[in-house]
Amino acid sequence: MLHIVACIKQVPDTKIIKMNPKTNTMDRASAPAILNPYDSHAVEEAVRLRSRYGGTVSVLTMGPPPAVKAIKKCIEIGADEGYMITDRAFAGADTLATSYALTKALQKIAETRPIDLIICGKMTIDGDTGQVGPGIARRLDMPPLTSVNKVVELNREEGYAIVHRKLEDGYEVIRSTLPCLLSVEKEINDVPYSTMTNMLRAARYQPHIWSVNDLPDIDKTQLGLKGSPTIVSSVWAPEKPKGGTQLEGNPQEQVRQLIDILLERKELFQGVT
Amino acid sequence: MNFEDYRGVWVFIEEKDGIIAEVALELLGAGRRLADKRKTQLSGVLIGDQVTGLAQTAFEYGADCVYVYDDPIYRFYRTETYMRAMLACVEKYKPEILLYGATSTGKDLASAVATDLPTGLTADTTQLDVEEDTGLLLASRPAFGGNIMATILCKKYRPQMATVRPKVMKALQRVPGRIGEIVEESIPITEEDIRTKVLEIVRATTQRARIDEADIIVSGGKGLGGPAGFQLIHQLAETLGAAVGASRDVVEAGWIGHHHQVGQTGVTVTPKIYFAVGISGAIQHIVGMQNSGLIIAINKDPAAPIFQSCHYGIVGDALEIVPMLIEGFKAALGRKEEADARKV
Amino acid sequence: MPEKFDAIVVGAGPAGIACAYELAKAGVSVLLLERGEYPGSKNVMGGVLYRKMMEEVIPDFHKEAPLERPIVEQRFMMMDKSSAVTFSYKGLEWAQEPFNNFTVLRAKFDQWFAGKAVEKGALLVNETVVLECIVENGKVVGVRTDRPDGELRADVVVLADGVNSLLAKSLGFHKEFRPDEVALATMEILKLDKKLIEDRFNLEEGQGCTIELFGDATKGILGTGFLYTNKDTLSIGVGSLLSGLIKHKIKPYELMEYVKKHPMIRPYIQGAEPQEYLAHLIPEGGYRSIPKVAGAGVLVVGDAAQLVNAIHREGSNMAMTSGRIAAETILAAKEREDFSEESLDLYRQRLMSSFVGQDMKKYKDSTHHFDKFPQYFEQYIPMMNKAMSQMLTVDGSSKWEKQKKIWRDIGTAKQKFKIARDIYRAWKVMK
Ligand SMILES: Cc1cc2nc3c(=O)[nH]c(=O)nc-3n(C[C@H](O)[C@H](O)[C@H](O)COP(=O)(O)OP(=O)(O)OC[C@H]3O[C@@H](n4cnc5c(N)ncnc54)[C@H](O)[C@@H]3O)c2cc1C
Ligand SMILES: Cc1cc2nc3c(=O)[nH]c(=O)nc-3n(C[C@H](O)[C@H](O)[C@H](O)COP(=O)(O)OP(=O)(O)OC[C@H]3O[C@@H](n4cnc5c(N)ncnc54)[C@H](O)[C@@H]3O)c2cc1C
Ligand SMILES: Nc1ncnc2c1ncn2[C@@H]1O[C@H](COP(=O)(O)O)[C@@H](O)[C@H]1O
Repeated sequence: MLHIVACIKQVPDTKIIKMNPKTNTMDRASAPAILNPYDSHAVEEAVRLRSRYGGTVSVLTMGPPPAVKAIKKCIEIGADEGYMITDRAFAGADTLATSYALTKALQKIAETRPIDLIICGKMTIDGDTGQVGPGIARRLDMPPLTSVNKVVELNREEGYAIVHRKLEDGYEVIRSTLPCLLSVEKEINDVPYSTMTNMLRAARYQPHIWSVNDLPDIDKTQLGLKGSPTIVSSVWAPEKPKGGTQLEGNPQEQVRQLIDILLERKELFQGVT
Repeated sequence: MNFEDYRGVWVFIEEKDGIIAEVALELLGAGRRLADKRKTQLSGVLIGDQVTGLAQTAFEYGADCVYVYDDPIYRFYRTETYMRAMLACVEKYKPEILLYGATSTGKDLASAVATDLPTGLTADTTQLDVEEDTGLLLASRPAFGGNIMATILCKKYRPQMATVRPKVMKALQRVPGRIGEIVEESIPITEEDIRTKVLEIVRATTQRARIDEADIIVSGGKGLGGPAGFQLIHQLAETLGAAVGASRDVVEAGWIGHHHQVGQTGVTVTPKIYFAVGISGAIQHIVGMQNSGLIIAINKDPAAPIFQSCHYGIVGDALEIVPMLIEGFKAALGRKEEADARKV
Repeated sequence: MPEKFDAIVVGAGPAGIACAYELAKAGVSVLLLERGEYPGSKNVMGGVLYRKMMEEVIPDFHKEAPLERPIVEQRFMMMDKSSAVTFSYKGLEWAQEPFNNFTVLRAKFDQWFAGKAVEKGALLVNETVVLECIVENGKVVGVRTDRPDGELRADVVVLADGVNSLLAKSLGFHKEFRPDEVALATMEILKLDKKLIEDRFNLEEGQGCTIELFGDATKGILGTGFLYTNKDTLSIGVGSLLSGLIKHKIKPYELMEYVKKHPMIRPYIQGAEPQEYLAHLIPEGGYRSIPKVAGAGVLVVGDAAQLVNAIHREGSNMAMTSGRIAAETILAAKEREDFSEESLDLYRQRLMSSFVGQDMKKYKDSTHHFDKFPQYFEQYIPMMNKAMSQMLTVDGSSKWEKQKKIWRDIGTAKQKFKIARDIYRAWKVMK
């Protein structure tokens, strides 16, 4: 049976986040924690593939205990199982250490049910790197396929997948062996309003929760802050442009002025008929 | 790991269809500065099929040396093949700093290479500097959705790697005839080893003005009220021969496709003129267009942050202003059209 | 086949949560449906939570609930344009157990409270709007939600959907509001440093103060304002009867701006950053507006049943108590396996003999009274301010003369009689 695992993360909603201007730290209370928007598409894609090919969809997250909420959200979307690894030892991880910890958890999940496909979001809105997915793929020695905006076919028996990878000016059609890892674009699907059945399932669902000691053969030096090669040395507020000239007068006059200003650069408008 | 063994600044030279990607030239410019500060060489890594000839272009944009992996197996980018080439090269020549464009190819390759080496990788950098004496790379990037900037260091590992946003660094003036050293490299690799195959490449069929190349961009935001209001943006763009941009909220509302999105999670643009119409000016949008030559904002809220980031601002209702602009420009630019009309 | 529960509670405010909590505690299957992203996300309240009624649901809740500050001082400000007469009671007995009341922020508190119900076994489903009750043979048998496959069944549906209960309306339990039955309140949460709050309100660390505002806070329109201290925010709000707003052609946010700029209020909130802006209705029709609260397979609790004591700004406590009594009624009905209207009407009887019914009855005429006789707010408060000013201004004239002048200023003997009558009337409706 096909087994797809989506990696998901709970993130602060950076769209409405408030920063403390003095310390440049974020005011956690101001930003509700949400399921990383890109990851909801990863889960939805897994659910769609399950309805095409059958099988099981699991989700995995690494995060603090409240991240259980993000798992429940995935169950609402339609995932079957949720796994969470949570431990002080994981705190402060950069992408390298994150992908290491997640890999260990994936290996443990695979012990009970071999994994055919891993799906990640394109990126998280807090970390915003897109590096964790490919990192996991390398560690598990799976082909990483990033920027995927369509899954054309999965064939578990013959062990291949065909997907579209988005390019700057089109897409490429790629065939890869299974298992492999996909990082998916938002445009790959629309996440529909969840059904009541899934909502009730999610309300009742209790995820599998593991701490570091539940993961076999783990090298603790590769975890968390200790295992992270990159460190944040300083943060500052992004420089803001100073602001420009407000045009004056009634709308007609303002438009007139603007056109005059722009026509000083007439060369730019060449080729315009 | 002996840091002394790691020297030089490298740039991954992304190539497609026999042309070096713009971002690679920008990185050579940025890399040159770092290399000079460290008094060391700037090298490029060029991977592809029949690409050796492109090394000359890299020299003319500042590279001292280019490592070339030229083989039909590299015809299309694939993580597996490119990663192996890059890993072999890094292990053999040990650079101190290695930069990639933050394009889908560059990010994909860098993530894989970083995991295998292993080393730290800073994503989506927008500022780069290096400590002269230690060689420590100071890679700065927006974080938390652009709300802050953070400088990221990698103290314990070499090489230090970063992906760099396109359009942020400046390429050097080309020096025709500038020469450098080509180092041809190869690794044993056959198609049978590779688990991924590119079956087909489909170029986007519809012809759109590409916002990352346009001189003028007219961008619209939620303030236009709806798809109908957004039509005004298309009309103004057409009048000016401009490309159409959009804020994320507009893209998410489905008024226009993803590839028009300007900003942190969209495209970074640097047109000569940028119109922001009915866009509030969220930081995530600003970071994608702040380097434009001339920024014009139209917004009915005088307190909208966009006015802090523009050169000229009009406070007013876009639905009223834009039609007037279209009229005005048509009158000013469209003499020919009128003349044509008269001829008939 | 739609899933069936013993009870479905619509709306996770204090009323709904209290009801779900009690039901879950007794081991019956209960589903709590909330349209907000999470309980409290859409809820507005100035923020005084009464210890007693909460304790009847969760004893010792104050040891773990996210409370802002225990209130040690309650002030009442009778405001004129640039003056105010203030009464206050401060008692440090309120600073310790068992406490009297607390300020809370509903977004946090409701979430916590709902979490407690979930711990007891209630099932909570958020982001789901109940569209209507499913009625079969004159009996409510479930609800229809806005989700795909969104029908659910239950022996009893509890409507805890707040003041503008569309569900109770669609069952014909109550009519559209009249503008003089409902107040429109707006409030803001303003961020201010902890230490500054304590200095400005004369508080020891962690303690809280509430100020109720009358008179010019609402530009003399019948209504009240409030200013409450939270941990590191202030809650400020004004509310007035819809009828008053309409009559004076004033928009609620204009009143809000007016209060914030009022010279008696401004110093308290200076430099505080607006964090959230909210608007909400408050049922103020009182006893006479209480709709039908029990039907076959359905009960109505909290604001949905218009259980608010407008005079004392009590609502959440009545909501909780009504939710609790509804739960007890359902448990009893379940024992009898009888969810008919007659069986569930026990809820109404118990509710009416509880403090909720008693208080609602006691103040049944208050809002109508003040609405009918606007002079309380329009004339008497300014008059009181003027009197205090004259009395306390030291200008060389004797206090004796001052009193005489004040008495003279109040007007003719006829007017004096009218005031005396009004005071007596007010005392009668409030006593
Ligand atoms: C991680 C992250 C990444 C993001 N990346 C991007 C990104 O790449 N690009 C991006 O754009 N956003 C991005 N955002 C979203 C960004 O934060 C803003 O939400 C978005 O830019 C707002 O779009 P808007 O200005 O169109 O809409 P709004 O913020 O709703 O602004 C509409 C504006 O129109 C004005 N207006 C209304 N009516 C009129 C009228 N009739 N005439 C004139 N003006 C009018 C209003 O005053 C207002 O200022 C990102 C957010 C996050 C968290
Ligand atoms: C400005 C203001 C200040 C106040 N100050 C105080 C005070 O200091 N002390 C005090 O005790 N009381 C105060 N009150 C009154 C108090 O807020 C209410 O009496 C109390 O919240 C009532 O609780 P409830 O559970 O009945 O309703 P609500 O708290 O209104 O909860 C109803 C819930 O139902 C949900 N809902 C509604 N319709 C649907 C649907 N169709 N489907 C699913 N869910 C739905 C809503 O999202 C909401 O969560 C104040 C009110 C206001 C407006
Ligand atoms: N802590 C985490 N737990 C599970 N998955 C994660 C975690 N962090 C990142 N991911 C996955 O990796 C993708 C890219 O994340 P990032 O590299 O942080 O941009 C996300 O969209 C997720 O699918």
